[in-house]
Amino acid sequence: MSNIALIATLLVIMALAYHLGLTRSRAVAAENDVRMHSRPGYYGVLVALWCGLPALVLFLLWSFLAPQLIEMLVTHQLPHELVASMSGRELETTLRRISVLAEGRGVAGGGSAQELAAANHMARLHTYENLSLVALMAVLVVAGLTYAKRHISPQWRARNQVERVITFALAACSAVAIFTTVGIVLSMLGEALKFFSFISPAEFFLGTTWNPRFNTAGSSAQGEFGLLPLLWGTMMVSAIALLVAIPIGLMTAIYMAEYAPRWLRNIAKPVIEVLAGIPTIVYGFFALIVIGPFLSSVGDVIGINIRTTSALTAGLVMGIMIIPFVSSLSDDIITQVPKSLRDGALGLGATKSETIRQVVLPAALPGIVGAFLLAASRAIGETMIVVLAAGNNPVLHGNPFEAVSTITVTIVNQLTGDMDFASPQSLVAFALGLTLFVITLGLNVIALVVVRKYRQQYE
Amino acid sequence: MNTSTQPNIPSPMVSVGNGESRTSKAKDKVKMSAENVEVFYGNAQAINGIDLDIYENEVMAFIGPSGCGKSTFLRCLNRMNDTIDICRVEGRITLDNNDIYAPDRDVVLLRAQVGIVFQKPNPFPKSIYENIAYGPRLHGLAKRKAELDDIVESSLRRAGLWDEVKDRLDQPGTGLSGGQQQRLCIARTVAVSPDVILMDEPCSALDPIATAKIEQLIDELSESYTIVMVTHNMQQAARVADRTAFFHMGDLVEVDSTDTIFTNPRDQRTHDYITGRFG
Repeated sequence: MSNIALIATLLVIMALAYHLGLTRSRAVAAENDVRMHSRPGYYGVLVALWCGLPALVLFLLWSFLAPQLIEMLVTHQLPHELVASMSGRELETTLRRISVLAEGRGVAGGGSAQELAAANHMARLHTYENLSLVALMAVLVVAGLTYAKRHISPQWRARNQVERVITFALAACSAVAIFTTVGIVLSMLGEALKFFSFISPAEFFLGTTWNPRFNTAGSSAQGEFGLLPLLWGTMMVSAIALLVAIPIGLMTAIYMAEYAPRWLRNIAKPVIEVLAGIPTIVYGFFALIVIGPFLSSVGDVIGINIRTTSALTAGLVMGIMIIPFVSSLSDDIITQVPKSLRDGALGLGATKSETIRQVVLPAALPGIVGAFLLAASRAIGETMIVVLAAGNNPVLHGNPFEAVSTITVTIVNQLTGDMDFASPQSLVAFALGLTLFVITLGLNVIALVVVRKYRQQYE
Repeated sequence: MNTSTQPNIPSPMVSVGNGESRTSKAKDKVKMSAENVEVFYGNAQAINGIDLDIYENEVMAFIGPSGCGKSTFLRCLNRMNDTIDICRVEGRITLDNNDIYAPDRDVVLLRAQVGIVFQKPNPFPKSIYENIAYGPRLHGLAKRKAELDDIVESSLRRAGLWDEVKDRLDQPGTGLSGGQQQRLCIARTVAVSPDVILMDEPCSALDPIATAKIEQLIDELSESYTIVMVTHNMQQAARVADRTAFFHMGDLVEVDSTDTIFTNPRDQRTHDYITGRFG
């Protein structure tokens, strides 16, 4: 029985169990002429859960553990001297060939006698495994159903128990997100440590030259992995982006929150937020094709040599991209400043702009700073715009009109093409990723703390 | 049921108290005057044609059930309603015989002349000193730091707060207690030396002791300012007001000396309200 059919059957049985619980609870209520603790639907749900949930958990555990168990058994069945003669990787390949054979498909060069025997064995094990799974699930379903059905009584607090299951389900969903984050960080950390076994952290964090040489498979050439040119490029592009986004975004927010009539606000706010919805790759080629040449020709006119792809081009376009972050976060924060404060200032004879500058903005400042930091972490992590428009020139220099490279661009470069994940040329991507993660995490944490502090002020 | 407009008055719930009659002060000069004032929120009419004179240096109380328009009318007196988009005011309101809704009238200067204290204390999130200095700075009332210091001190003294805060003027105004915050707001209003002070239920967020302090303060301030206050508390109106106006459903039902309103009202609705039949 295929797994999908199994799950579908289970769901159908659960639906039936729901109905059973529903009618049973009504019958019990009618028989004893009492009011049940909960409404019939809750008894239905609870019976369905008792019937389906244990079987489902078993199924999940089983599909996780059974393949490993089978693999182990098959390996045991192979001649010992053969297993002993193979390296880990060879054994893996052999097992893969065996499982392909077991599914009834052919492998390159046909299977050896031993492989064919093992495949037979594996196919048999699969059948046993499948049958015992179905049998065990059936037992659980019947047991759960009987238990739950027998328990239906006016005193059984089905509603409260369903509530508990819901709480648990919600907690489980949140756990998925948290565990994923932890998993990503741990795997990055592991690979980054491997990289640091090639290159010392001091060399990486303090090096001023970035020249990783080739990253082709099998190459043993050692390059120079200095982070500073990349970090500097990232900071320069982000700083230009923030110089563009903060003033424009903040002014937009002030206008939207304080001056714009309602109808204009209703139209303009969604339009501004569309800016945030444009794919960054589109911003990227917009920068490359329109902004870059434009800046370059402006540079010609005023006598500065501006390259088409430069920190300025990338920063400018990235700034436009993060305007909506700054404006919509600041807008929310400005709107949160209580009306009573505005009234206080207006009541003393302040004009509208005096009220905003001297009372509203100072009161909202911590929150606005939080918005800036969130925008900054967004700029630092941005990739596509800089890949296309920054020029990929990992050299330490202070000229914003020249090409630069950033951490994100370098990660893309190191991980495209033919890779060998044992070489420092590829592993450096994890070290770079980890650095980036730590920077943006730091900014986010500071921003959240600042924003939270601000919130408390008015509660 | 007796529906006559001259009811037999049972003894009112509110006693006018200690025999001291506040109406004895000479009040004759009209400070502010409203003629046929109507206020609309969108299409809904909140105030129906109110005529009212407010005399110089009197304490006038507005009483009435919730939603009767007394706060709305109060906020018309310094055009605070301008900040509400959908609010429209018609009729004529004058301050010293000048129309405050005239097209060439400077709202900012009007609000400096007619200050307002709100229901909930709303100190700025700045230091105590800066809270008071804010208004004088806006209007350029002090040329030197020393002058500003004087204004801050005298305003805080007038609001009876000086002794409590003189050693911590640099601390945030939001750190004071509710009653102190409200007196800070009164001091802030006084600091721009207005002619009229409007108070919108200034004590409704305060405990009885803080309330007593504010009431005493209102009494002292009435020496130099015209004060118009909205209150839900009839005892408070009886204690501090020279005259009292009773509002009901957007109408100004009657206005008279506080004694008369509480002992011998002319209108049945006023009588019902002060004896606690509704509201």
